[in-house]
Amino acid sequence: MAYSEDELKKELKDQEYKYGFTSNIASEVIPKGLNEDVVRLISTKKNEPQWLLDFRLKAFAHWKTMVEKRWAHVSYPTIDFQNISYYAAPKGKKEVSWDEVDPEMKATMDKLGISMDEQKALSGVAVDFVFDSVSVKTSFKEKLGELGVIFCSFSEAVAEHPELVKKYLGSVVPSTDNFYAALNSAVFSDGSFCYIPKGVRCPMELSTYFRINEANTGQFERTLLIADENSYVSYLEGCTAPMRDENQLHAAVVELISLDGAEIKYSTVQNWYPGDKDGKGGIYNFVTKRGICYTGSKISWTQVETGSAVTWKYPSCILKGDNSIGEFYSVAVTNHYQQADTGTKMIHLGKNTKSTIISKGISAGFSNNSYRGLVQINKNATNARNFTQCDSLLMSDHCGAHTFPYIEVKNSTAKIEHEATTSKIGEDQIFYCNQRGISTEKAINLIVNGYCKDVLNKLPMEFAVEAQKLLEISLEGSVG
Amino acid sequence: MLKIKNLHASIDGKEILKGINLEVKAGEIHAIMGPNGSGKSTLSAVLAGREEYEVTAGSVSFGGKDILELKPEDRAREGLFLAFQYPIEIPGVSNINFLKTAINETRAYKGMEPVSAKEFLAMVKEKSALVELDAKLANRSVNEGFSGGEKKRNEIFQMAMLNPKLSILDETDSGLDIDALRIVAKGVNQLKSPTNATIVITHYQRLLDYIIPDFVHVLYNGRIVKTGGKELALELEEKGYDWIKELI
Ligand SMILES: Nc1ncnc2c1ncn2[C@@H]1O[C@H](COP(=O)(O)OP(=O)(O)OP(=O)(O)O)[C@@H](O)[C@H]1O
Ligand SMILES: [Mg+2]
Repeated sequence: MAYSEDELKKELKDQEYKYGFTSNIASEVIPKGLNEDVVRLISTKKNEPQWLLDFRLKAFAHWKTMVEKRWAHVSYPTIDFQNISYYAAPKGKKEVSWDEVDPEMKATMDKLGISMDEQKALSGVAVDFVFDSVSVKTSFKEKLGELGVIFCSFSEAVAEHPELVKKYLGSVVPSTDNFYAALNSAVFSDGSFCYIPKGVRCPMELSTYFRINEANTGQFERTLLIADENSYVSYLEGCTAPMRDENQLHAAVVELISLDGAEIKYSTVQNWYPGDKDGKGGIYNFVTKRGICYTGSKISWTQVETGSAVTWKYPSCILKGDNSIGEFYSVAVTNHYQQADTGTKMIHLGKNTKSTIISKGISAGFSNNSYRGLVQINKNATNARNFTQCDSLLMSDHCGAHTFPYIEVKNSTAKIEHEATTSKIGEDQIFYCNQRGISTEKAINLIVNGYCKDVLNKLPMEFAVEAQKLLEISLEGSVG
Repeated sequence: MLKIKNLHASIDGKEILKGINLEVKAGEIHAIMGPNGSGKSTLSAVLAGREEYEVTAGSVSFGGKDILELKPEDRAREGLFLAFQYPIEIPGVSNINFLKTAINETRAYKGMEPVSAKEFLAMVKEKSALVELDAKLANRSVNEGFSGGEKKRNEIFQMAMLNPKLSILDETDSGLDIDALRIVAKGVNQLKSPTNATIVITHYQRLLDYIIPDFVHVLYNGRIVKTGGKELALELEEKGYDWIKELI
């Protein structure tokens, strides 16, 4: 098939960021600005109980006393919190059945490659779709319900399972934890909630897809995931946003609770709009993610971060119970003028706790990519072990790669290994591939995928393929 | 098949190749010998299209095409293969995946369908047996952690898989033990056909006991200063390069 010049241009443009479209869906957006009334308004709109409003107000009161800390190796202008709208919801009731979903919303999901139709869905993946401030639709709810698995929007959980939400909300990330966690606690609008009962192995991947559509809004969602004793769940989140010239703020909080003997595998493919080639526009992605592990339990974070103008996130594990395990596998790609400061904290409290950190940074263009990690072995954490491997790959002469590893050891039985490498993508490697008939673009894909293999291998199959494609697109034409 | 005329090439402003003339016909084996730094690897890199080198004069036609106009990958797809003097490691990329990509890119260039999994596996089996390459190596990352000899053998394995028209072996014999040398030579000989050709670059006449060349060329200071039959290699071994220097 022959392309016309225009079609080809369009195709290439789409390749750059193919999720940059805007959906024309009628929305209710509250006026810009932030004060106590706005916090109350959000709570009212969501019909929340008093205890949740109190949680918000307490967080808001604290937030007002805080100043934004700027220790991360990223720079961005001061954010005007009065110039953001804190609530945007598609008009109309939350639909009950698939047939009732707004056709434009269906078309949006189609374009994003999300299948909600349970008949046609990838078997084994249940999806919660969060559009701007609210969850639009959750699939496979009934089927999961048969096993006692609760998978629904955060708002629904508040209404239907208040005891669980009340018990765990803010238990891992206190509302006072940091500037953006406090802000989120005050104004969060929706998100996903998940509870896996004792001894249940969740038979399908659970996933949440976050989409920002409205201009001048922020997205503040919360995810709360509780794996009861000896249960297992694999959870995935993805995210995209339209291409816009102004920056938009996304400040989420994710809390994981892994009770005795449970295992949570949490994967993220982050593809927020990164801004254009000159660094204009893009999402500020300031996220607090943390999990707590009780005795013999495990939390494994896997992330592929290719989007956002500025990323600031450290998915962490508090290894409270003896014999608990924390893992962090990360690929972070920055191109053009993107900035990322990401890593993890592994807090060892229990005995025989073990953590593994594998971080692969790839920087191209004029971007800056930092790894920041803390391994903390506390007094009572006898025989704690950590292995950290932290690699940086440079694709150009103008980009930066930085590592900030912090190690704090208060127990002498600890065993800690740290390996770090920095390399520039080799002209030699590319030429070697060329000489075997492989084009330069393909060669870069091969080399980068090889470099990230240890992390990509941790993703669920379907998403590993997605992630590989994403890497290819993010790094298009990046060597130089 | 290959016609090099008055080829001049330089790097960082320094002229390394100073007028190379060479013709290789289908079915032939040519050996290129010459002292360290005389430009042997440079010649192979220029033929393969390494961008750091600037061709300042001359022409190279390969299969009737002006290959100096082609990108390195297209030269490879046209059937030019270079066994590297120092093969490159690519961590995390399996040899198999690498070769499959290479074969399919070449097939796409020729308008052919990708190779089927079955066909590909059969090829891997056959060709790895030919160079007695351990099956484990075929599945490991490209050259990563391979011993020097294993890397060289892997080059010949790749050559067998890609089935090129013209292979240039840049000191494939150096670093090989005597058994490996025999195996590599056997591979080269078995792949030899009336429609392909080979250029072997070597310092040792020993390799030429196994791979019998039709012509031996001596490259010295960027020029081919002498050409003869296989007995020239013996003569060089006996008399050394000083003898050549005296000749010019
Ligand atoms: N970047 C460079 N700048 C200057 N000179 C270079 C550069 N690269 C190679 N050379 C020189 O070019 C000359 C030819 O090198 P080449 O590698 O082709 O030699 P060779 O014949 O293959 O030697 P050997 O037998 O040692 O493999 C050498 O003198 C080398 O130092
Ligand atoms: Mg050489």
